[in-house]
Amino acid sequence: MAVDLNMNVLIVDDYKTMLRIIRNLLKQLGFENVDEATDGGSALTKLRERAYGLVISDWNMEPMTGLELLKEVRADHRLKQVPFIMVTAESKTENVVAAKEAGVTNYIVKPFNAATLKQKLSAIWGNF
Amino acid sequence: MSKTAQETALMRTLESLEADEPLADADVAAVVEAVLTSLSGDVSLAEFKLYHELQKLADYIQSAKREIAALRPDDIRAKHIPMATDELDAVVGATAEATGVILDAAESLERLADAMPAGAGDDIRNIATRIYEACNFQDVTGQRITKVVRALKHIEENIDALLSAFGDGVNAPGAPGESDGRSPGDERGLLHGPQLPQEANKQDDIDAILANLK
Repeated sequence: MAVDLNMNVLIVDDYKTMLRIIRNLLKQLGFENVDEATDGGSALTKLRERAYGLVISDWNMEPMTGLELLKEVRADHRLKQVPFIMVTAESKTENVVAAKEAGVTNYIVKPFNAATLKQKLSAIWGNF
Repeated sequence: MSKTAQETALMRTLESLEADEPLADADVAAVVEAVLTSLSGDVSLAEFKLYHELQKLADYIQSAKREIAALRPDDIRAKHIPMATDELDAVVGATAEATGVILDAAESLERLADAMPAGAGDDIRNIATRIYEACNFQDVTGQRITKVVRALKHIEENIDALLSAFGDGVNAPGAPGESDGRSPGDERGLLHGPQLPQEANKQDDIDAILANLK
């Protein structure tokens, strides 16, 4: 499957630094339309207002966590097919299992590098 | 015999015995029994032992209170912990600000690379990428510091509970400790924050776990 680099990508993190880092790394990979949200609730609102081809979300956020956002996305028939990558410092096995059970597409542990991000995106759409 | 009469009789016995040395075993036994009986009229030996244990416990608690008071728990609660959390908040703020400046510089490098002839700016872009990757630290250290702040707040709550339990004998009373508001089944219990490097799953471990779940 060829990747559409013009797709809208939503990145969700309560650390503005992380939003900036992920945005820049995505830009280097060719993604131009990157949107941001700083918590699960505002991310969900954006997802319901506009079509996104990918969500990259942190887990540890207030008031709605990334896991809760993932569950909301998977429970919404219009959103449930959107690839959802969790990017988080939560590296315990129970976290990975919980995210997988909730329907996560892939899981990146922080700190991460550009190669890991590209690898996980390639796992969704093939090499690009 | 009433308690007062009993005590008077005991005093007379003790006074009369003062002159007779050494005491006979029977006299000692009689005095001991009289002392025990005088405690409340019908105190048994078992109850006396219990009383003795309770007295030791009370002494221990008093001693603990003195030791805790020497630690100045009100200072810890009112001064040291707030100072520590403020300092840590300042660390987070300063590193966030510094990271912002570093990212500004990396983005400027990328713009310079974009202005160069095709292919000429690739090395500069790679440097910018490495800077972005390195700046991950700010998020992770921020979360680690948040964990420490949470631990300090937990200690503060427990000190409050201790002060409340011991009352004025230790220091000013405080409110009982509060929980973090999470029930045992709450998924927020999964929020551990970053693990220490020796305990954390690496990306390869995460990938293996995910693969096994498919």
